[in-house]
Amino acid sequence: MNAIQNALQSAGPQAAQIEQLWWLTLAVCAIAFVPTLGALLWSLWRAPRATEATPADTAIVSQPERRTRSVVVSAVVISGIGLAFLLLASVRTDHALAQLPLEDALNIQVTGHRWWWDIQYDDPDPSKIFSTANEIYIPVGRPVVITLLSDDVIHSLWVPNLHGKKDLIPGQTATMQIRADKAGTYRGQCAEFCGLQHAFMAFTVTALPAADFDAWRAAQLEPAAQPTDEKAKRGEQLFTSGSCMMCHAIQGTTANARMAPNLTHVASRRTLAAGTVANTPQNLAAWITDPQKIKPGVNMPAHHLPGGDLDALVTYLGTLK
Amino acid sequence: MTRRSQASVKRTAPAAGAAALLEQTWRDPPGLVGWLSAINHKSIGRRFIVSAFGFFVAGGLLAATMRLQLARPDNHLVGPDLYNQIFTLHGTTMMFLFAVPVMQAMAVYLVPLMIGARSTAFPRMTAYAFWMYLFGGLMIFAAFLLGMGPDAGWFSYVPLAGPDYGPGKRNDFWAQLITFTEVSGLLISIDIITTVLRLRAPGMTFARIPLFVWAMLVTAFMIIFAMPAVMLGSTMLIMDRLVSTHFFNYAEGGDVLLWQHLFWFFGHPEVYFIFIPGLGFMSAIIATFARRPVFGYPAMVMSIMATSFLAFGLWVHHMFATNVPELGKAFFTAMSMMIAVPTATQIFCWIATLATGRVNFRTPLLFVLGFFFILVIGGLTGLMLGSVPIDLQVHDTYFVVAHLHYVLIGGAVFPLFGAWYYWFPKITGRMMDERLGKWNFWLFFAGFNVAFYPMHHLGLAGMPRRVYTYPADMGWGPLNLLSTVGAVTIAVSVLLFIVNAVRSRRHGAIATDNPWGASSLEWAAASPPAAYNFLAPPVVGGREPLWEASKDVGAPTYVTGLALDVREALATTPLDARPDHRYIFPQPSIWPFVSAVATTIMFIASIFSPWAIVWGSLLVAVPVTAWFWPKRAETEKHLALEKRP
Repeated sequence: MNAIQNALQSAGPQAAQIEQLWWLTLAVCAIAFVPTLGALLWSLWRAPRATEATPADTAIVSQPERRTRSVVVSAVVISGIGLAFLLLASVRTDHALAQLPLEDALNIQVTGHRWWWDIQYDDPDPSKIFSTANEIYIPVGRPVVITLLSDDVIHSLWVPNLHGKKDLIPGQTATMQIRADKAGTYRGQCAEFCGLQHAFMAFTVTALPAADFDAWRAAQLEPAAQPTDEKAKRGEQLFTSGSCMMCHAIQGTTANARMAPNLTHVASRRTLAAGTVANTPQNLAAWITDPQKIKPGVNMPAHHLPGGDLDALVTYLGTLK
Repeated sequence: MTRRSQASVKRTAPAAGAAALLEQTWRDPPGLVGWLSAINHKSIGRRFIVSAFGFFVAGGLLAATMRLQLARPDNHLVGPDLYNQIFTLHGTTMMFLFAVPVMQAMAVYLVPLMIGARSTAFPRMTAYAFWMYLFGGLMIFAAFLLGMGPDAGWFSYVPLAGPDYGPGKRNDFWAQLITFTEVSGLLISIDIITTVLRLRAPGMTFARIPLFVWAMLVTAFMIIFAMPAVMLGSTMLIMDRLVSTHFFNYAEGGDVLLWQHLFWFFGHPEVYFIFIPGLGFMSAIIATFARRPVFGYPAMVMSIMATSFLAFGLWVHHMFATNVPELGKAFFTAMSMMIAVPTATQIFCWIATLATGRVNFRTPLLFVLGFFFILVIGGLTGLMLGSVPIDLQVHDTYFVVAHLHYVLIGGAVFPLFGAWYYWFPKITGRMMDERLGKWNFWLFFAGFNVAFYPMHHLGLAGMPRRVYTYPADMGWGPLNLLSTVGAVTIAVSVLLFIVNAVRSRRHGAIATDNPWGASSLEWAAASPPAAYNFLAPPVVGGREPLWEASKDVGAPTYVTGLALDVREALATTPLDARPDHRYIFPQPSIWPFVSAVATTIMFIASIFSPWAIVWGSLLVAVPVTAWFWPKRAETEKHLALEKRP
C-alpha cells in the first residue's frame, strides 16, 4: 500500500497549521534545551572536585548569593516569556483550525464499529445518500465536515496528513472539518484503544479532483451490478439466502442489514477487514472461511462452505465493482 | 511550652544501658508471628521498598515482552488478547504498584529518620497499609497468571471496560486493585502527614524541614485530594459491572466522559505525585554531592507547592480529542504551560547549586544528572502535548509513550535509583559497589534513550499506541527494532543493579554513619539504624543540622527524659516544632496483618458476589476490633507514666 500516514507531511490546511506550530514549538524548545543543559555541563566542568570528606560550604547560607539569584531569576523570567509565546502561538493555531471556511462543504457521517468504519455520504436528497466502509473519497479543495458517531466503544478518527484526531464517543456527536489540497491517498487508523483489533482498524482518505470525485460518487449511488454468469448468480443466491445478509447490505438485492460493512461496491475497495489484508479473491475466500485467523476477535463468523459455493460467492462479490 | 514538655528537653546524656533497653522496647518481636506483627517503620519500609521493586521488575518483564512483540512488523509472539492484558498490567503495575507506592515506601523508611523521630505516627496503620498493598498486587498478578488479567488499559475507559464490552471478571480485578492501592495510599498519606506535622524534632520549624520531607508532605496531601476521584470512579465502574447501575451507560442517562474526568482528575496529579518525591531525592542528593545546601530553599519549597496546586488544573489535556469546549481547552493549555515554571525554577536552582558547589562525582549524583537530560526533554515534549493543536496530532501515539517515559523514568526512576545508591548504606550498613553502579547508570542511560527516543519519531510517523502489531509497509519496523534493543539494555542495567544490591548487602564495604558527609538527621543515626533510630532524639537548630552549629543559642541538643521501657515520643507543634506533649506508640500486633487478610477476602469475594460486602464487613470488624482492644496492663503502665513528674 502506498498510502502515507504522517503528521509532518500535511496535505491540507488543518494539518499544515499544526505542522507549522509543531516546528515553531520544536524550535523554541530547542532554544530552551541547549542553554539549560549547556549551563549544567559548564557548571560541572568548572566546579572544583570534592570528596565526601570535603567540608560542606554553609557560609553560603548566611550571606545572600546575589549574583546567583539574579541569574536564576532571569532564567525563570525568560522561561516564562517563552511559555507565554508558546501559549499564544498555540491559541492562534487553535483559532485558525476553527476558522476553516465551510461553504459548499461535503457532509460525511462516520460511525465507528469494532473494528471497521461505516461511512455515509449525506445529501439533502435522500435518494443520493449512500454508505460504504473503510475507504473515504473526498474532492480536492472542497471542505468536508465529518460527523463522528460510535456504535459501541470509544474510537478516534485520525488521518495525520489531513488533521489531528477526534474521538467517536457513544452517545455523543462530534464533528471534524478537513480539506485536502493535494490529491492522493492518505491512511488513517483508530487512535483510541478499542479492544482486540484496535491495531487493524484502518481506513484511507482518497482526495480526487472534483470531476473524478463526482464520477466516483455517481458510481457509488448505483445499485449493485446484476450478476450475468451462472457462477455469480449462484453466489448472489448464496449471499441472500445464507447468513451473509444477516449483517451485510448490497443495494439492489434483498440484503440491507447494517451490522457489518456495506458490500454494494466491495470489489472496488483496496483492502478487506479495515486495512488488514489486500482485497484479492484468495484473501476474500480465506476471510469468509476463517476470519479469526486473519483478524482474531473479529465479529464476523466463520463460514465453511463447500468448495464450489465458496468459489461462487467470491466470484459474485468480485463482480461488485 | 508546658511544664511537662520543658522537663522532657534536657542536656544530660542518656543513661548507660539505655541503648539495650530501648532496643528491646522498639524492636519487632521474634519468630514468624513476630515478623507478621512487625510495625517498626524501618521493617515495614524495607518490605515496602523490596515489594515495590519486585513489582517494578515484574512490570519491566511485561514491558520487555511487549518490546519483543513489537520488534518486527506482523509478529506473532503474543496475540492481541494477551498483548492487551500485558500492556494493561504493565501500566497498572508501574503506576499503582510501583511508582506511587515506592515513593511512599521510601518516605515510610526515611521521613521519621530525617525528622528525628522514632516511628511513623500510626505504626500499626503503616503495617496494615503495606499488607493491603502487597495483597492487592498479588491478586492482580494471580488474576493475570490465571488468564483473567484486565485488558482495557491502565485507564480502563468505559464503555470498553464496562459490562457490555468487558465481559468476565477481568476489569473487576482491575477496579478492585484500585481499591486496594487506594486504601494503602490514603492511609500512608495520613500517616506521613501526621508524622511530619507532629513528630518533628524540637526546633525543626517549617523553615528547617529537609526538602525531601517537604516533597513527601506535599505528595501526601496531593494523594488525599486526588485519589478519592479514582476511588469514586472505580467504585462506580464496579457497580455498573456487578449490580447494574448505569453511571457510565449513556443509553440509560449515564455519561461516558464522566469516567475520563474522574480518572484524569486523579491521573494527572498522579504524575506529579510520582514526580515530586523524585524532586525531593534530587534536592537531597545534589546538596550532599555539591557539598553545599541547595540554592534557594524558599523558592524550592514554593515551587513544590505551586506544582502541587497547578497539577490539579491539567487533567483535561488528556481529553483534547473529545468534545470539550474550545475555550475550556485553552485554559488547560495555559495551565499546562504554567506548570513548567515551578519545575524550571527548581532545575535552575539545582544547576546554580552545582555551579557554586564543589562536586563529588559518585553514582547517586550520576543518576541525578541523568534526570536533567531526560526530564528536560520530557518536560519540553510535555509543553507540546499541552498545546491543543499539536496534541490532536500526537495524542495516543508513540510520541506520548516517549514523552511519559521521559517524564516518569527521567523525573522519578533516575532520582529513585540515585536514592537507592544514596541511602543503601543507611538501610543496610554497607556501601554499594561504585564500579557496578557506574555501569548500571551508563547502561540505563544509554538504553533508555535508545529505547524511547525513537518513539517520538514513530508517533509523528503515525504509529498509534496500544497496537499489538503493525503492517510491514508502514515502515515502522527499524525504529521499533532499535527501541527493543534499548529495552534489552535497560533490562541488563537493572539486572546489574540487582547483582550490585545483593552482593553489596553481604560483601560491600562497611558504611560509617555518614558515609557521604551529608547534612540531614538520618545520617546521625547508626548505619543501619537501631530499632529506636536515635539513642537521644535530636533537637534541631538549623536547616542543615549535621553541617552547621545550632542557631538556637543555648538550646539543648537532644531530647531526654522519655521512657525507655515504653514506646514514648515527644510530639511537637505543627508549625514551630515546639515540644507539645508526650505520646505513647502502640505495641507490635498481629491484628493489622489479620485485618488486611480479612479485608482482602472481602474485596476479592465482592468481585464475585455483592453480598461479600455485607458478610465481609463483619469479617473485617472482628480483627479491627481486636486491633483496638485496650490491654489492662498497658493502660495502667501508661497512666503511671503520665502521672510521673
